[in-house]
Amino acid sequence: MALSLARKPALQLRWISPVALVLLWQLASSTGVLSPEKLASPLTVAQSAGELIADGQLADAFVVSLGRVFFGFLIGGVVGVALGLVSGLSRWGETLLDPPVQMVRTLPHLGLIPLFILWFGIGEEPKLALVASGVAFPLYLNLHSGIRQTDPGLVEAARVLGYSRLERIVHVVLPSAVPQTMVGLRIALGTAWLSLIVGEQINADAGLGFLINNAREFLRTDVVVVGLVVYALLGLTTDALVRLLERRVLRWRTR
Amino acid sequence: MANPVSIRGLRKAFGARTVLDGIDLEIAPGEFVALLGRSGCGKSTLLRILAGLDREIDSEARVSGAVSIAFQQPRLLPWRKVWRNIALGLHKPDGRAIALKALREVRLPDHADAWPLTLSGGEAQRVSLARALVREPDVLLLDEPFGALDALTRLAMHHLVEDLWAKHRPAVLLVTHDVDEALLLADRILVLDEGRIVATHHVDLPRPRRRASVVEQRTRVLADLGVDVETAA
Repeated sequence: MALSLARKPALQLRWISPVALVLLWQLASSTGVLSPEKLASPLTVAQSAGELIADGQLADAFVVSLGRVFFGFLIGGVVGVALGLVSGLSRWGETLLDPPVQMVRTLPHLGLIPLFILWFGIGEEPKLALVASGVAFPLYLNLHSGIRQTDPGLVEAARVLGYSRLERIVHVVLPSAVPQTMVGLRIALGTAWLSLIVGEQINADAGLGFLINNAREFLRTDVVVVGLVVYALLGLTTDALVRLLERRVLRWRTR
Repeated sequence: MANPVSIRGLRKAFGARTVLDGIDLEIAPGEFVALLGRSGCGKSTLLRILAGLDREIDSEARVSGAVSIAFQQPRLLPWRKVWRNIALGLHKPDGRAIALKALREVRLPDHADAWPLTLSGGEAQRVSLARALVREPDVLLLDEPFGALDALTRLAMHHLVEDLWAKHRPAVLLVTHDVDEALLLADRILVLDEGRIVATHHVDLPRPRRRASVVEQRTRVLADLGVDVETAA
């Protein structure tokens, strides 16, 4: 209990420096140091945000982008977890799967955009593929290494105590891979947002990326910033969700 | 009834190094045997073979009936609550009731829903014992289960193990390097050295034993281990 109480203020303290930066930024804009063509003031940004929310533009863009991340994450997650399980749980799986996966992961996945465009065109598919490929590798790597790090002493004990093979996997191997997999999940989510932002530069006709690119053409730095802030808030929110999940799933570690 | 542990001429080598060199071992039902020896004498290897963890042997090692084990480290699953640690692998519908009963026996009635990482070393080791006992083993293997505990906790555990053994009567093989522990608990003590059983001591002292009553025999067992207490003291 004492531990969870001690954590809450720490989480709130994390807001101090971002807020200070915003105040500094407003000061620079108000005094004319920062021209609105380079960067709009926070107040203007807030005003534009209000307008974009009011006329539904932001919500539409938000839903489209969220959908891209969600489905891209889903595809990448299924692939990464499936490959990680096969290669973690079976020696043959590891022998056959791990080398090619380790080779492909050295390619910077954002650099695959030209190929994705050639393969999938410029619609939704290359965006999903980009997100999915950003998600699959961190999940695969961490799940695989988490499974491999299982304490052999626990597996031995389970064998002598009469666990079936399935029980050993369900109660010993997979739970011991969870902490490492949670690390992979957080990395994967971070990469998912990054991939989305880059992917939405490809000829988007809807979504936050479209909103931002459109605003750029009209020198609307305020709208660009609104889009960026929404990206950032989404990243923060998902990260907070993973932390919450982490605390729930790994609750055996403390108390 | 056949002996639950029956071994003839057991050999085990890792590469060129012979670890077990012709072990004969019979343990009768309900007998408490202690296996004494220095580090590296092969006692852990023997235990692993009896537990079925090492099947690459070139002789007959027969262990009949249910085998259960408690290790030096409790080896509880930290992500499963205490009662689940005891009940898992049992394949019985009333696992929780069985676990609760076992926890009462090891005097931890209130810890069923605790996470293993919140337990002290002695408590975790008692859960490990409960987990071994609910399997109603014919053979209970104890691999230095008190080795990592402090001296006071170890004393309490000795009594607990003796009580549990008296109640459930499994054949016990206790691997240890603590001579006093062996003398307090065992019917028979085997001294293992360089892969061979070099001495056997029958301990016929009445139970429960006290430290003073075992002193005389202690000297003789120590002599077999190459420790000369008379000159050392």
